[in-house]
Amino acid sequence: MQVQSSQSISVRTSEDVVAVRQLVRKGSLLLGFTIVDQTKIVTASSELARNLLIYGGGGVAIVEIVQNGGRSGLRLTFEDQGPGIPDIELALRDGYSSGTGMGLGLGGAKRLSHDFEIDSAPGKGTRVSIVRWKAL
Amino acid sequence: MGEFLLVTIQVDMHDRLAMSLQDDLTAQIVRHTARGVLIDISALEMVDSFIGRMLSNIANMARLLDAETVVVGMRPSVAITLVELGMPMRGIRTALDVEKGMTALKIALQGDPSTDAGSVVPID
Amino acid sequence: MPTSQLARLLQNSFDQLLAEWKSSQFATVGRRLSASDENTLSANSREFLTLFRQGLETAEVQDQQAPGWAPIREFLVALSASRAKEGYTPSETASFVFSLKEPLFKLLSGEIKDPVELNREIWNLSRGLDRFGLLTMEAYQKSREEIIARQQREMLELSTPVVRIWDNILAVPLIGTLDSNRTQVIMESLLEAIVSTRSDIAIIDITGVPTVDTLVAQHLLKTVAAARLMGADCIISGVRPQIAQTIIHLGVDLSAVTTKATLAGALQVALQRTGAAIVKGHGAGR
Repeated sequence: MQVQSSQSISVRTSEDVVAVRQLVRKGSLLLGFTIVDQTKIVTASSELARNLLIYGGGGVAIVEIVQNGGRSGLRLTFEDQGPGIPDIELALRDGYSSGTGMGLGLGGAKRLSHDFEIDSAPGKGTRVSIVRWKAL
Repeated sequence: MGEFLLVTIQVDMHDRLAMSLQDDLTAQIVRHTARGVLIDISALEMVDSFIGRMLSNIANMARLLDAETVVVGMRPSVAITLVELGMPMRGIRTALDVEKGMTALKIALQGDPSTDAGSVVPID
Repeated sequence: MPTSQLARLLQNSFDQLLAEWKSSQFATVGRRLSASDENTLSANSREFLTLFRQGLETAEVQDQQAPGWAPIREFLVALSASRAKEGYTPSETASFVFSLKEPLFKLLSGEIKDPVELNREIWNLSRGLDRFGLLTMEAYQKSREEIIARQQREMLELSTPVVRIWDNILAVPLIGTLDSNRTQVIMESLLEAIVSTRSDIAIIDITGVPTVDTLVAQHLLKTVAAARLMGADCIISGVRPQIAQTIIHLGVDLSAVTTKATLAGALQVALQRTGAAIVKGHGAGR
């Protein structure tokens, strides 16, 4: 996978979550995503950016335009130095929430993207990365 | 007595703004003794679980305050995404636009003599 | 023979080789070529030979990935793509490169006297040209696939007839096999049509659909849910016994959705809900 461009935003406040959404919207417009694809990836970014804020105590969001074998897509990575997730499988389950949310954040973001990767351990922070590819 | 409130959400709201809208709106329902609330979200390009939950909360709180809520104007792309996200949105009435939302409110409140459907109070 | 020597040989006998190659190509194409086709073929042949000679100056025939072969590879890809669009057959496209073998080998056998060396040279060149031939086939195939994909997209747009059958009532008659891609496109345009026509009810008629699999059933359900969030209701009609059985076997829960056996039944429900009705009247002729 080749990275064509990359931008990052530090997420500390709920205004920053809006800034992440707007940056992701800009990227998906640049790639020529359909309206539905745009909405899906923007919504996923909103869920993950909020997770970063609520559970990770803030962190950084990276928005990248990537290419892989003629396909182009948007890769979003969210990194925090927070407490980490002890049971990832449980955290991915709908309705499970350790905070104030609906518990749809992780599982929902996964359903709204094509590729989903999560790396987390207690005390080590969390790194979530998703990709949505442009429809051919 | 029996007024309808119309709220049009125009901006990409951050979470604290959404929470304050929720507080503000419940206060307005009481102040106007409103029987119906129309929330126009046709300008919203995205509804995530937080905003979805806020809409649910408003509908449920309004019901406790004896008012019906109709969410109007959700875009197709937003609806598709919410379904994919797994957001149930139970207990929320919906309509295609404000006019149809008004009709839905009137039907929902039909037969209730305290309702004088017709006057609408817009809220910023 | 070093490749540079081969390049020189090509340089010296360029016109003769080009003429022989062209005539063998005209013979293999088999059908009558128009004057403009002949001109194109001549120009293409000249360009290929020139690029081939230039390539030989810096690159080995075997090393197809060498930078010296980049121009000829690009040329062949473009040539195959245009031939695919113009309706050339695969063998016509591939024989462009393969037909060079005969005149080229003839040229070599006039030049190299040692049969062992001649054999080796012919073998080397033959393998190199084969790879160029395969490259044209791959490129040809790829552009055919692109053409097919484009036509599929166009078909998809054509096969999405969302019609307004009454005030505030839409219908989509689905016909043919539904894959999940097609279902998604249809459902999106249905939701768009609900907004643009301000319709409260949409009838999804699946009379013309032979089978429904889990994914398609789920797409149908998601569409119904999305329409509801927007403030419209969906009715699924034309559910045949076979499809009803499949849906139950797949464990898909359609209980929250209004379903009707026929489009007429669905229309009746839709009219009732929108406050209209069809009644038998007294015609003027009675």
